[in-house]
Amino acid sequence: MTAQEVRLCGLLLQEHFGDVVEKVGTHLIRSGVLTLRALAYETKLALDLVKKSLCVLVQHGMCTFGAGRRGPAGPVEYRINCEHILHMLRYPRYIYTAKSLYGDTGELIVEEILQRGQMTMSSTVKTVADRLTHNMPEGQSMDYSEVVSAFSRLVETHFLQRCPPMASAGSSSSEAVDTPIPALSQPAEPESHPECYKLPYINLTGQGKRRRSSEDGEDDQRAAKKAKTDNSECGDEGIYWQVNFQRFHLHFRDQAIISAVSCKLDQTSSEIVRTMLRMSEVTTPAHAAFTQALSANECKQSGIKALIVFHQIFRALPPSYNIARPILDQYLTLLVDDPMEFVGKTGDSGGGMYVVNLHRALANLARATLESVVQERFGSRSARIFRLLLRKRHLEQKQVEDFAMVPAKEAKDMLYTLLSENLVQLQLTSCPPPDYFCNTATRRLLEKSQRIEAILASLQATGAETAQLTEVEEMITAPERQQLESLRHHINKYYTNRLDSSENQVDETIFLLESYINSTQASR
Amino acid sequence: MSQIMAGRGRGQLTFSVEIVGIGKGENLPPSSVQPTPLFPPLDQKPVPLQAGEEAEYMLALKQEFRGAMKTLPFYIRPAAPKKDVERYSDKYQKIETSDNNLEWKPDWRRFPKELRVREKRPLRDKGPAVPKQPKQPRVDKEEIIRKLETLEQKEEERSSDEEEGEKKKPEEEEAEGEEEYDEEEFEDETDYIMSYFDNGEEFGGDSDDNMDEAIY
Repeated sequence: MTAQEVRLCGLLLQEHFGDVVEKVGTHLIRSGVLTLRALAYETKLALDLVKKSLCVLVQHGMCTFGAGRRGPAGPVEYRINCEHILHMLRYPRYIYTAKSLYGDTGELIVEEILQRGQMTMSSTVKTVADRLTHNMPEGQSMDYSEVVSAFSRLVETHFLQRCPPMASAGSSSSEAVDTPIPALSQPAEPESHPECYKLPYINLTGQGKRRRSSEDGEDDQRAAKKAKTDNSECGDEGIYWQVNFQRFHLHFRDQAIISAVSCKLDQTSSEIVRTMLRMSEVTTPAHAAFTQALSANECKQSGIKALIVFHQIFRALPPSYNIARPILDQYLTLLVDDPMEFVGKTGDSGGGMYVVNLHRALANLARATLESVVQERFGSRSARIFRLLLRKRHLEQKQVEDFAMVPAKEAKDMLYTLLSENLVQLQLTSCPPPDYFCNTATRRLLEKSQRIEAILASLQATGAETAQLTEVEEMITAPERQQLESLRHHINKYYTNRLDSSENQVDETIFLLESYINSTQASR
Repeated sequence: MSQIMAGRGRGQLTFSVEIVGIGKGENLPPSSVQPTPLFPPLDQKPVPLQAGEEAEYMLALKQEFRGAMKTLPFYIRPAAPKKDVERYSDKYQKIETSDNNLEWKPDWRRFPKELRVREKRPLRDKGPAVPKQPKQPRVDKEEIIRKLETLEQKEEERSSDEEEGEKKKPEEEEAEGEEEYDEEEFEDETDYIMSYFDNGEEFGGDSDDNMDEAIY
């Protein structure tokens, strides 16, 4: 974890859970694994506050606990899950995706579960039905069955999953002996549980309740609390659901590839690629039509999706795309020939065997991102040099000047700037003179993006107050106090909005670069 | 700092500076001896932020989410500063930070036992110490009237609630001061309206309690 990542985690915790949880969480990040007592002692916080903070973190999947170094007989140890904390940056994207796939109902389901960390199906359904009912015209209400069906679809497509079951961590039943807590070093993977995506049978009929008077979010809170305490009759007690982040990430990755194809080529090409991606996705109906597949291992090794046969693509295309076979063939050829290498052709049988080259696609997207960053920060000439280095890998200074068609002095300056920003590396060779510039970049850029993210978040936190205050003071001569306040409020909003939007967008970049890095590690 | 120079002072380079193409005596950009400024001057203008429906919706989602989290019980605020002397009326005062109680009830089968916070409320203990399940009856004007009429029924309900081990919490979360009528009924079996227990702190020393003096 870099210092910036730690800082960013702290800011995110503070934003969503307050200072106390931030202090506990940050300390855990820095120390690794700790017991409750140690944590309380080292943070100098009241024991009760530490307990509550840990509850909050565990509830939201950001902290795991288990038997520590001294085994099941010893004290429980806690470990932070930083990745989960960083995912908070992406919550708007998860919610928006759910909306685009499953409508308002899907959106609210995912939003509720993200807010509460984990929920049973029945309490989610009730809460969401209430919220939807509130927005409906008088006299109408949302039936539970509709919400149940949206929830089910989210589970079937793996966007939601069951929380891993606990070996009873201090069961409240009358058992005399507690079953031992599993070791902390082996946290339960949700997908290792065979019933991970199994929907419980719940006995739940009815409709959302409309609130009697339109008040603020306190009513939501009460309704939610009420819903939570009433769930024992529904039959799904003890079965909790969480958001499956990995699944959303797969979706984002596919989206990135599809939209790149759409930009580079055209809509139809992107639809073809989308169809191919869906065919290899186990959870989609399109997969059913698809019978030939490489084994999962082979896929991982070569970093490609399963082989897809032409005829199957043709059959799997959405009906609105009425293209004849020869036309499809042309599109596929175009895709294969495109230098971005999104799609590859591996054989001719069955009308042609095609693959989506995930790793290549991600690499190209990452490269395009980096080039764009260099261009925007350092100008088009530096971008030219950078692109050159990317292509040629190693270049001498003189070669850089010649290939990039940039005068010597400028080339030197730009190289030095790129060098100091760690985008470029200087390599010395032991033998005869010339030394080489080669390209490093990705990791650094990721850290840089995260640093930007952290700066944004902290600016957000302080509200960038001072800058605006001076602006306001200079601008205004003899205002009413109210006017000043509302003006300051507007300016604050303006900056806050921009900062928040930037956070969202920087996270998109981070996601792309992370995906690329992860795929290089997977394909080793 | 460039990787080559990591860990070394400026004057000790392992390669001749000329190789890199920097002539003797030429000016290099100054080396940085302090952290980069928070707002560095930019040579290039940054790309404008994405606009459009999607970006705006996500922005709204982000801000609403943040706001919502602050109202949820997962947002932990440290205890309010203690008052100087404990007063009897404190029992009936509106307490804003709800005594640091966890207002959500974790499923303790999924949490380590040691994280359970056993809160004692000496002034409010009623029956067995069972984890509280707050149940908030919605209070508004209509209900006050209805309450008066169905007082008997309510007492029946309340006693059956106690049997289930549930406690009704005081209306700590009713924020507005204007809603004074909310204080008129209080679960802790008092016949007095809430303003009886006002210790006068909020009104800056109005002498309500000294009725003997004439009011001018």
